[in-house]
Amino acid sequence: MIRRDLVIIGAGPAGMAAAVRAADLRLSVSILDEQLRAGGQIYRDVDRAAALRGDILGKDYAHGATLTAGLRRDAIDHLPGAVVWAIEEGFRISYSQDGQGAQIAASHVLLATGALERPMPLPGWTLPGVMTAGAGQILLKQSGVLARNAALVGSGPLLYLIAAQMIRAGTPPAAMVETQGRGDIISAMRHLGGALRGWPYLLKGMMMLAEITRARVPRFTGAQGVAIEGDTKAEAVTFTSAGRSRRIVCDTVFLHHGVVPNTQAARSLGVGHSWSRAQKCFVPAVDEWGQSDIPGVFIAGDGAGIGGAKAAEHAGGLAALKIAEELGRLDPSGCMEQATPLRAALTRERAPRAFLDTAYPPCAEALAPGDSTIVCRCEEITAGDIRRYASLGCLGPNQAKAFGRAGMGPCQGRFCGLTVSALLADANGRTPDETGHFRIRPPLKPVTLGELAAMDAVAQDEAT
Amino acid sequence: MKTASPFLEIGADAGPCVDVTFEGAPLRLTEGANLAAALLAAGVEVFRHTKTTGAPRAAFCMMGACFDCLVEIDGVVRQACMVEASQGLRINRPHEAEAHDDPA
Amino acid sequence: MGQGGSCRPARFFYYRGRDMDTDYAIIGGGVVGLSLAWGLLRRGLTVTVLDGDDGSFRASRGNFGLVWVQSKGVNQPRYARWSQQSAAIWAEFANELGANTGQDVPLEQRGGYDLHFSEEALEAKVAKYETLKAQLGGDYPYEVLGHNALRKEESHIGPGVVGAILHHQDGHANPLRLLMALAADVRRMGGRVLTGKTVTEVTKPDGFRVVCADGTALGAGKVVLSAGLGAAELGPRMGFKAPVRAQRGQVLITEKLPKLINRPSLIARQVDEGGIQIGATNEEVGLDDRVTQPGLSGLAAKAVAAYPALAKAQLVRSWGALRVLSPDGLPIYQESATMPGAFIVTCHSGITLAAAHARLMPDWLEGTDAAPDLEVFSEDRFAVS
Repeated sequence: MIRRDLVIIGAGPAGMAAAVRAADLRLSVSILDEQLRAGGQIYRDVDRAAALRGDILGKDYAHGATLTAGLRRDAIDHLPGAVVWAIEEGFRISYSQDGQGAQIAASHVLLATGALERPMPLPGWTLPGVMTAGAGQILLKQSGVLARNAALVGSGPLLYLIAAQMIRAGTPPAAMVETQGRGDIISAMRHLGGALRGWPYLLKGMMMLAEITRARVPRFTGAQGVAIEGDTKAEAVTFTSAGRSRRIVCDTVFLHHGVVPNTQAARSLGVGHSWSRAQKCFVPAVDEWGQSDIPGVFIAGDGAGIGGAKAAEHAGGLAALKIAEELGRLDPSGCMEQATPLRAALTRERAPRAFLDTAYPPCAEALAPGDSTIVCRCEEITAGDIRRYASLGCLGPNQAKAFGRAGMGPCQGRFCGLTVSALLADANGRTPDETGHFRIRPPLKPVTLGELAAMDAVAQDEAT
Repeated sequence: MKTASPFLEIGADAGPCVDVTFEGAPLRLTEGANLAAALLAAGVEVFRHTKTTGAPRAAFCMMGACFDCLVEIDGVVRQACMVEASQGLRINRPHEAEAHDDPA
Repeated sequence: MGQGGSCRPARFFYYRGRDMDTDYAIIGGGVVGLSLAWGLLRRGLTVTVLDGDDGSFRASRGNFGLVWVQSKGVNQPRYARWSQQSAAIWAEFANELGANTGQDVPLEQRGGYDLHFSEEALEAKVAKYETLKAQLGGDYPYEVLGHNALRKEESHIGPGVVGAILHHQDGHANPLRLLMALAADVRRMGGRVLTGKTVTEVTKPDGFRVVCADGTALGAGKVVLSAGLGAAELGPRMGFKAPVRAQRGQVLITEKLPKLINRPSLIARQVDEGGIQIGATNEEVGLDDRVTQPGLSGLAAKAVAAYPALAKAQLVRSWGALRVLSPDGLPIYQESATMPGAFIVTCHSGITLAAAHARLMPDWLEGTDAAPDLEVFSEDRFAVS
């Protein structure tokens, strides 16, 4: 088995920056990425797409190419299309690449697995034609595929970005159905001071809003009672806004109300997590270097708490520095010296977070869906089912999973975990921390039995 | 499957194409394209039906997390959004082989 | 915060001298504890179940789901008979639960296999079954299927499987649906289930007094310790030997598939929802319930050897569960000598024995004339250590 100083999981901004920094410090590095091309979701397929669609996607996206370029050196072993399905003590990382199982060992692991869209269970959200806003952006970035007639539903800056990009590409959205209200913006004003330190970010936001207004895209704010209508596919979005019932006919619905850390790998290792009131999600316990409560396990980027692409890049660098120091490749003073500018940049990037989190809170209806709304897409379990399991004594999601299969499907709770925990916490009158989260186990992603069985043969051969 | 797609593909003429089938129907896709994106652009609206209730599903997250874009290729169920289009792919809805009476 | 729940005092019950809060306090709310609670409630007794929290080791959530007779009790015919008794009344039990709760408890009892990859192993097993069959007066309905006969029953069976023992009393259930139905029906019948409890102390000043870590205390006429591995710690303080240990079983489950496996075996079964469940390792690793790549690969290799079509199936979940094993693998049923009225009920096959525990054990706990003879399962068989 190949052994490395550092194995990085995920080739987004955090993982790529960490790989480059670690290689500079003469660590042996492998970076495993389930995508076939480096960039993560934010810079998805940037090497191919920036040249084709750079004008639509903008300069921030093109920046990703400087990071992917860093991976193209012999000191970094970049494994694209490598789907990690188990990380065990030691560390032994099992992954699947081209339909073959393989393993790699490492003294340190950096989880740079990024973010997931916050699950947005609304009536009709499982219909074909309903996608996440992130999916809409990925379609555009990687494939140049645009929805002809889409409604954007939810809250948050990403909705404005995708709207602006759709406008630039000549397919403006049919409507923006925004769930945040005026009160949210007013509450957010107390964080404006901090946000102004991240003024370029806010300026970009204002420019996007101006673009949307110029293109005369209808905007409805404070939307309530949002539901997606359709029999076998999405046909319309219905809601009330400013006291009026609305029905927007559309073929595609892009949902978004923030992103949350993808904690699957960290949880599978047993890293401690706690509830973040500000971000309304679980975040792993990490220190200022991204070091978790398990020795040798580091987490950087959105997977450690949402901060965005630039923050992820700096956090990846910081983690690499600390790992190099632990491995004796960097003395403590050198580590601090190199860390100082990264820390300053990280602070700057995080400045607008409090403002944004308050101005664009998650959609309340999707945090506590009605009884008939499906929350577990894989097993088609409704919010009412989860509440019933609570009444049968389920204090936490693992008992509820046993009772009703929520979280048992192939997505392993990625798209229902937060909702299930929130519903149980609410029904039992307990906090999210007391309620806890699904226990995550291998396989982190499905793997064929044939592949697994082949690895058994390998183990036997090696033993003889 | 020949219905006009709700999706528009810009720069679709950029590269060489490959021939694949979805549920037996021939499709021409851009070589190396993300399969889920290419199927959407080709007008495929239902990728699969759920095993529990038979509800229709299609690509949702496009980043390998939700498993709603599952399709069957060579007998293996895979996420279409994690596969690239290549010549000769025979793509089917997962485990629906015995119910192929609707070629539409 | 739920209505009414918000003003719940920290102490749900107060110990009031000789007052009794409940006829039975059952420590452990898994399938074993709930089955007993269900049976006792059905007789009109009052029952309080003290259950652990979401992260407790729970064999009830991790088991394989077989309702199984063959191979049990090859060295102790009474255990074989006890398993048969339970299997025989399982359908009736499941139907009653289903009718009471409106929730199906899927059960299939069309026989099950012991698959073999070598003739020698198959013959050795048959020899053991023949001995047992004689001891059971001939009531041990099994037959040996050669590869071709097996193939007629299981079209996907692999070429390496030389044959199988088909035992007609075997079957399988959905153990999670059983757990939920029990939880629902125990409540429906007025059973009180207190969740998130860790029992720290059981004393018998007069009646029983059961105290939990959070201060909850209750008085009970009788106490049943059915806390699985938790019995190892609490049992000795109640006068039991409670020599239970953990044995890890890793279990795999695939994506939902069209019908591929007809009857269950110890290697694999197709659950009612469609997934293929593959089991299980036997590992002496203490209280470590993690899964491992070698564990997964070993199980996958065996399953693929048995059913080659499984090679293309996706593994979607795996888990490690801790079996609750006594030194000889048999259940432990014992009344405490130092605390009469306290019982330990623990076993490795809580699903198979659920019907017996629900329908037959209450007579034993109540000491009626109809009590089954469970003498061989007493702790007398364990040497004093």
